[in-house]
Amino acid sequence: MKPVRIPPVVASVLLLLAMVAFGSVMYTGFFSAQVFLNLLIDNAFLLVVAVGMTFVILTGGIDLSVGSVVALTTMVSAALVEHRHWPPGVVIPLVLAGGAVFGAFQGWLIERFRLQPFLVTLAGMFLARGLCYLISIDSISITEPTFTAIAQARVPLFGGAALSVGALIALATFALAVFVAHGTAFGRNVYAIGGSEHSAVLMGLPVARTIVGVYALSGACAALGGVLFTFYMLSGYGLHATGLELDAIAAVVIGGTLLAGGVGLVAGTLCGVLMLGLIQTLITFDGSLSAWWTKIVIGALLLAFCLLQRLTQRGEGEPAAA
Amino acid sequence: MSAMHDMSTPAPLPTTIIDPWWQRASRHPLVWPLVTLALILAVNASLNHGLWHLEWRNGHLYGSLVDIVNRAAPLAIVALGLTLVIATRGIDISVGAVVAISGAVAALMIGGDLKIVDGQAVHISHWPLGVALLAALVAAAACGAWNGLLVARAGLQPIIATLIMMLAGRGAAQLLTGGQIITIYYPPYFVIGNGFFLGVPVAALIALAVWLLMTLLLERSALGLFIQAIGINPRAARVAGVRSRTITICVYAFCGLCAGIAGLIVSSNVKSADGNNAGVLMELDAILAVTVGGTLLTGGRFTLAGTVIGALIIQTLTSTIYAIGVPPEINLVVKAVVVFVVMLLQSAEFRRQVRALAIRPAAGGPR
Repeated sequence: MKPVRIPPVVASVLLLLAMVAFGSVMYTGFFSAQVFLNLLIDNAFLLVVAVGMTFVILTGGIDLSVGSVVALTTMVSAALVEHRHWPPGVVIPLVLAGGAVFGAFQGWLIERFRLQPFLVTLAGMFLARGLCYLISIDSISITEPTFTAIAQARVPLFGGAALSVGALIALATFALAVFVAHGTAFGRNVYAIGGSEHSAVLMGLPVARTIVGVYALSGACAALGGVLFTFYMLSGYGLHATGLELDAIAAVVIGGTLLAGGVGLVAGTLCGVLMLGLIQTLITFDGSLSAWWTKIVIGALLLAFCLLQRLTQRGEGEPAAA
Repeated sequence: MSAMHDMSTPAPLPTTIIDPWWQRASRHPLVWPLVTLALILAVNASLNHGLWHLEWRNGHLYGSLVDIVNRAAPLAIVALGLTLVIATRGIDISVGAVVAISGAVAALMIGGDLKIVDGQAVHISHWPLGVALLAALVAAAACGAWNGLLVARAGLQPIIATLIMMLAGRGAAQLLTGGQIITIYYPPYFVIGNGFFLGVPVAALIALAVWLLMTLLLERSALGLFIQAIGINPRAARVAGVRSRTITICVYAFCGLCAGIAGLIVSSNVKSADGNNAGVLMELDAILAVTVGGTLLTGGRFTLAGTVIGALIIQTLTSTIYAIGVPPEINLVVKAVVVFVVMLLQSAEFRRQVRALAIRPAAGGPR
């Protein structure tokens, strides 16, 4: 079979551009700066979560707990700020640390006892959702001034367009993640483990520490995503962000990261997140399609990219056993 | 049993020692699930004194136990299908979405019409009940077969292939129901989830039938062996002449079919189809039931009886939590802890490390 030499990231970027072009031609008012900035504003939390997920998937693992960690973060923040009246300056670092510890615990179980990542994080998903309900079964809305101020703040950009604080934090996180992935030893270890964990061990790389670190990073990113989600929704609720883990995985895969690990770019994930947002925007602009189509289209896109991945992999080497 | 204790002859060679019965029993795969079930039932019984009370009322069997079995039925059926998938070293996280799809298809074909004809409420079914049920099951099996194709033919990782179905399938179910809850007004349909046959809940009988049929099929033919072979080493199985791709596709299709049956029971039980919420988190409960029952998540060894016990454990746990009187949402935390414990117990690495910890002090510290 002739190798298909399209790196998945390139395919993602091309598809994204094609979708933008399609939307601009089909719908009036689509091609405007604010529409694209809204993509970032509405998907800021997804971007942060997906960036964390990228590192996990690059090592060949998966983290299904992120959606519930987001929910737990909104819940803990809301409860502490509203019921206990803790200052946000204390609450936010606390929940971020909490997310990192939660992730690190999962990573430790996975690494130490050779458990399957998806199972451990599935249990983590149950646990975090359950903990939400331990705090409260109902939604807690936030009226604390700092939170509402941040939620409503808009940073003006060129031509009357504006970004939210959450979107700026997400972009900063993204930039930091690109640096970590490509400019630090940790990032190189992540790629090495994804390429071949066995080789990484033989090379003397700190595999155990890196794996725990990756899950801790994903947990911290999920918690940060939760903080952004709190700004976005101004409430804490145990049913927030259900299914977010699937969107995050979809964004990473559509962004061209191989599920087998070792190959992919953090920048691709940004592309994937934008594409998911764009699908939603297109369906909204169209108006005749029901919102349920979003899931079906995302599913189809995910499928297409997975198949593309298989083709490129087969071009390079042996087909994996079913 | 006690023969070892009153032996006065020199100790026999280690190989000839017959283990005491409790040690042999403790190695039987079904013992731990059964012990767990007994423990939870005991806790439940101490809180709910009417647990063992069975009553024959209006020609039906009534009681807490009957209720548990009845409610565990859809979960047991889904988990039985999933057991085979897990035995081939796969996973199917789309079962919840398929449950919703099957309910939605049945509801749409039966129709939610309540018409008043000649001053009387008449329940209308668009299609004959049999056709509607068949269509729902075919749709469910097709979803499963699609998963199987992606796994066996396209070579996708099972979790991703079924993740796609979980996403798109949920979207399809919501599309079918228009995001609404479709109420069904057609009494014959309610029999599946609420009816009694010879005094026993129909849902429980369906679960029993699925279990017996699977046991018969897997133990009386080589199919069970083939599935195990695929789970232990897919490549070796193929080299040995097992048609692993065909079997894998069939196993996923069967898992879809099971989810479809469960979907009918669930929607019949609540007399409606809910595309948004039917079967949500069911995949997690099913995975839990399979693992608690003793099937290895790494593929190969599986036990159908264990899975049925696992489903009963989950349901008993749920009703025990209700009996304690804490909010039912706490269930999630309890289930999470159970998964963590079961996972660790199944991990060879964990057992090795615990053994090393236990032996090291006694043996003077050799590693």
